[in-house]
Amino acid sequence: MQAAGDEGALQQPLPPGWDEAVDLEAEPAVVPDPVEVEVPSELRAEIEGLMTKYPDRHSATLPALSAAQRLHGSCSPAAIRQVAAVMQVTPAYLSSVVTFYDMLRAEPTGSRYIYVCTSVSCHLSNAKAVHDAIWEEARDQGLEDVEIRQFECLGGCDMAPMASVDGRYVGPLGEDDAPEIVSALKEGRTVLPGRSLEDPGYKLPWDESPRPPLDATAHPDIHPAGGTVVHPDNEELDR
Amino acid sequence: MTELRILTEHTDRDDLLQIGVYEELGGYRALRKALFDMDPEQVLSELEESGLRGRGGAGFSMGKKASFLPKGTMDKYLCCNADESEPGTFKDRLLMQKNPHRLVEGCIIGSIAAGANKGFIFIRGEYSHQADILDAAVAEAYERGYLGDRILDSEHSFSLVVHRGQGAYICGEETALLDGLEGKRGNPRLKPPFPANQGLYQGPTLINNVETLCCVQLIIERGADWFRSMGTEQSTGPKVVSVSGDVQRPGNFEVELGITGRELVYGLAGGPPDGRGVKCWFPGGSSAPVLLEEHLDLPFTYEDMAQAGSMLGTASIIVVDDAQPLLPLALRLAEFYRHESCGKCVPCREGTNWTVKMLERIDEGEATPMDLEIMAQVQENIIGNCLCVLGDSMAMPIGSMIQHFRQEFEDHIAAARERRQLEEAASFSAGELAAAVEAGPA
Repeated sequence: MQAAGDEGALQQPLPPGWDEAVDLEAEPAVVPDPVEVEVPSELRAEIEGLMTKYPDRHSATLPALSAAQRLHGSCSPAAIRQVAAVMQVTPAYLSSVVTFYDMLRAEPTGSRYIYVCTSVSCHLSNAKAVHDAIWEEARDQGLEDVEIRQFECLGGCDMAPMASVDGRYVGPLGEDDAPEIVSALKEGRTVLPGRSLEDPGYKLPWDESPRPPLDATAHPDIHPAGGTVVHPDNEELDR
Repeated sequence: MTELRILTEHTDRDDLLQIGVYEELGGYRALRKALFDMDPEQVLSELEESGLRGRGGAGFSMGKKASFLPKGTMDKYLCCNADESEPGTFKDRLLMQKNPHRLVEGCIIGSIAAGANKGFIFIRGEYSHQADILDAAVAEAYERGYLGDRILDSEHSFSLVVHRGQGAYICGEETALLDGLEGKRGNPRLKPPFPANQGLYQGPTLINNVETLCCVQLIIERGADWFRSMGTEQSTGPKVVSVSGDVQRPGNFEVELGITGRELVYGLAGGPPDGRGVKCWFPGGSSAPVLLEEHLDLPFTYEDMAQAGSMLGTASIIVVDDAQPLLPLALRLAEFYRHESCGKCVPCREGTNWTVKMLERIDEGEATPMDLEIMAQVQENIIGNCLCVLGDSMAMPIGSMIQHFRQEFEDHIAAARERRQLEEAASFSAGELAAAVEAGPA
């Protein structure tokens, strides 16, 4: 598990090589000879299939790296070398891409993930506390091989605070959901059944109850439905 | 004015994902109309007449954008921008998850208008569920002959690929999206040349947002006049508005543009929690300058939001209630843009970083009110000086917060300084005490 949860900022490990001096004696990385690199046949087939989908094979870079990461757990030097051999590009080009995108990881951080959104709308709903609760719970229960991190806006602001567990959007979350999320992951169960965007019939809690009628008596500040729109510089306000 | 059910029609049906159900409800008829009853110029002029403006943020006329593509036979591309990453925005997620075929049909019709023969839907990698749904919808459309060579035995051919991003806000910027799609780091490009002339693989490219392409389907199905009958003169058509933040019923609401912000925030979204009021609100995602409570009475349109000093952007309202301190919000916002800055342009890369540091300084009690001037200057030096508007997207809301709530920032600075001085005094006397104890009695 990645040591996140402390400090306020998003914790990201330094990219490989960041704090190492350049080895000037080393041979320049070249496009690997396909004969020399052993590539698992499923991965090779997947990448070759991806390359045929685009007019330019380079376009398959992101999905190919994603596939390699799924197989190897991270875009490790070995994984990058395999992709480079199939795509016939340099490993340096691939690692430049890996270090740019948030969902591609150069270091092994876990085969599963919990991204807790802490961007603007979730921040307003106290998402940091939810993240910290999940992180502490994971530590206490000894959850391993799961990456837990704060993530930028996941596009689930209506269900804030929310998290993406391996792509499964769950929310709205409270700190008291942390034990269930962690133990479900630990035991391989579905995380929070019925509370994910992808569950059939999923409803936000407030959509269960009908909305109060939109009339002037219930909401004195609201214009009567269908009323004329008021400009602030218009003297004759008719509210 | 109440909610509409046009773009969001039938979204309560789970079986709408199946192409058969979509066809039963009138789906793919607009495509037949565009293929057989109209020529490409008519499709284009219908889109121009509708007054449809891009729903991704910039609000540029969709028809005009499509008309910029050169004519003639060459490889032209259509890209659907489904990299919805703007904080506060989740409308495209709904449209793709609930009615993927409308988007697919919109893409095909868009390709007829632009003369494009290859298309890509660039969807953010985090939306894996929605991407799976789109994959299935595209496969079904191929099976029925709506995609591929000579669509429905017409002269038009169009292929469509769902391409998943891997987590980068900047890929929502159109030229960065193209770089991401070409398999590179998502860095924005220098414009001009604009993508309409030199875009994907250096070919002419039309890039449109998900909701824009869904509207394209509606316009061809029901006509430009019908589309114009909704909204205001310069902001036509239905619009899905995401409302989130400090409201009781956050969600997506489809309305006519021209409804007031108050109706959206208080009427549809239930307003802030009981006993609280609206302190400020972002009308167009987190990149839009904040507006105040009094601006809620303005019509929610491209032109009125611009006149009020903000922008409609993605039309995603984030409400901040009066119990929220602004400094942590400003800091969170600045951290977001620092994290997402691609680092290509110096003003953005350094400006976002220093803004974060200066906001942290306030909290640590090291700032003076003069820091606010410096911070405002930093924002001024970012705006308009980069290849894309990511830096501006931090500079504008932060600048507007300092402008509207200067007193609160100054109070925060004073309070933090005082707290720090007290702490220093306490630690100093404790140290002195320790030294005195060690020295022993004189």
